[in-house]
Amino acid sequence: MSSHAFFADSATMTRRSLRQTVRYPVMMISSLVVPIILFLLFAGVFSGSMKASVAAFAPGTSYVDYIVPGIVLMTVGYGSSTTALRVNSDMTSGIMARLRTMRITRTAVLTGHVIGAVIRTLIAISLVLCVAALSGLHTRADALAWLGLLGVISLLTIAITWLSVAIGLAANKPEGTSGFTLLVQVLPFISSAFVPIGSLSGALRWFARNEPFTPIIDTIRGLLLGMPIGHSGWVAVAWCSAMALGGYFWSRALFNRGPSR
Amino acid sequence: MTDPTEHPAAITVSGLRKAYGRHTVLDGVDLVVADGSILALLGPNGAGKTTVVNILSTLIAADGGTAVVGGHDVARDAEGVRGAIGVTGQFSAVDDLLTGRENLILMADLHHLGKKAGRARAAELLARFDLTEAAGKTAATYSGGMKRKLDLAMTLVGNPCVIFLDEPTTGLDPRSRRTMWATIRRLADDGVTILLTTQMLDEADELADRVAVLDDGRIVAQGRPAELKARVSGGHIELAFADLAALDAASRVLQVMARDDDALTLQVPGDGGVPALRALMRRLDDTSIEVRTLSVHSPDLDDVFFALTGRATTDLNRADRNRTDQNRTDQNHAADQDPTTTEQMEDAR
Ligand SMILES: Nc1ncnc2c1ncn2[C@@H]1O[C@H](COP(=O)(O)OP(=O)(O)OP(=O)(O)O)[C@@H](O)[C@H]1O
Ligand SMILES: [Mg+2]
Repeated sequence: MSSHAFFADSATMTRRSLRQTVRYPVMMISSLVVPIILFLLFAGVFSGSMKASVAAFAPGTSYVDYIVPGIVLMTVGYGSSTTALRVNSDMTSGIMARLRTMRITRTAVLTGHVIGAVIRTLIAISLVLCVAALSGLHTRADALAWLGLLGVISLLTIAITWLSVAIGLAANKPEGTSGFTLLVQVLPFISSAFVPIGSLSGALRWFARNEPFTPIIDTIRGLLLGMPIGHSGWVAVAWCSAMALGGYFWSRALFNRGPSR
Repeated sequence: MTDPTEHPAAITVSGLRKAYGRHTVLDGVDLVVADGSILALLGPNGAGKTTVVNILSTLIAADGGTAVVGGHDVARDAEGVRGAIGVTGQFSAVDDLLTGRENLILMADLHHLGKKAGRARAAELLARFDLTEAAGKTAATYSGGMKRKLDLAMTLVGNPCVIFLDEPTTGLDPRSRRTMWATIRRLADDGVTILLTTQMLDEADELADRVAVLDDGRIVAQGRPAELKARVSGGHIELAFADLAALDAASRVLQVMARDDDALTLQVPGDGGVPALRALMRRLDDTSIEVRTLSVHSPDLDDVFFALTGRATTDLNRADRNRTDQNRTDQNHAADQDPTTTEQMEDAR
């Protein structure tokens, strides 16, 4: 298949994904509401008690500033559960089977889902950042840092989305995607998202230090608040690339496998 | 009528094998479908019909054997096969979140028809399938029959020359079924080669140039519908009586194929023709035997299977009819038929 056909087919499938979002905004809204509520809750409840440890972590930083990167990550996570469900419903409804009997660039079908999801998620993150700004987020990012933020967040979204596509393909029914959804929703809690790692104890601290979301959050936080990010940046990019590639090849293998029924 | 030797074959399958683990699903299937003809693959649940369609439409790979569809080898040139075929699977493959028109345009875009031609094709198919009015509604609001039509319309967008239809009329009411049959026949008239699967003998009879009976992963019979039906022979008439005495009396004067003492029924040969029925009634009147009900039965899939394989389609289907089967086993070569499709007297006219 020519690359022209690949782009044309990907565009067609992306249009389909966006059209579904526009027609049924409920799914996007619900994946937006939870992160925003969590943000308001955490900011309201823990602002006071966390003041000291956040100040010790980075002077001049409020708790709102501190948790925004974690909330961004959660928005990506909740968005990806929508993607997994969409892909799964394509798989179980027979649409995937139909597409696989057609002479189209095979990966375009999945690429369409991914591009649609990335656009959806980036819009959701923009809205979350607006809410954060209204709640007193104080960023110190310059133009270059914003560019870096866009890059890291996009890479993160692409990575998590490819994984969610694979999960959606692998699951035999919608409930089968819930394990993955839970994972991307819970892992941020055992990371530097809501408390500095230093304040965690024992096994939790070890886990938080080594899980992929910590360097990603640290990178976003550093760029957002104008702090040094050390080598978190490279570790984050490495993790995201690994997840993206893993998700991509896994999805491709699953897509070429037999129909689920 | 099409003879596979007269025309080039659009589908040639030989020795097709497929197993899931230790469970053999296809055990050496051979098929030939002539260009522009309709082949009905007839078989009960679990016979392997969908598996055949999935292999021929490049969805799954066979374990052995060869299959050539539209001049392309399924294993070596899947892309070529995909360019030639259209598939309507057993389960609906429409996007519920899109409207009927958007579903068709999605297909048109994927076939790279171009914006204008794609829209025109969508409108044409909507009109042809009587969906123009519902074109702007999301497919989620469609009835089962409408979805089935949209499904087939989507299959036709790319003008395929070989079409696979997996149980195209399952779940349709009798009228929609007839409409679907007419549509399928028209496609064949336009020169499209069609392989359809069905569980219903009358459907195969109605549509197919040739019928292949699939049972337990093997083709147990293949031929024109008339040839198959000849092997099953005519139908029978079932008489129900009020009591055992009447049943006994009737079985003394009639040629009995099968008798059920619990249900108080007798089966006698006869295809429901008026002279035969009149003769039968006169016979009963002469001996003043009271008949409670009378029904005419035409041969169906069960009868075909029974005639061809000497056993019932599935034990499950037949659990409630074991007794009749028992009776039939004795008669099996004298007359291979049994009830299921029932045409009541009024309908037989
Ligand atoms: N993915 C699979 N894994 C294991 N077994 C399978 C799989 N797909 C089909 N089978 C088995 O293969 C056999 C044939 O299935 P198939 O779907 O081809 O039957 P069918 O003739 O289409 O039946 P139906 O009329 O119910 O649609 C069945 O026994 C089924 O359990
Ligand atoms: Mg089937």
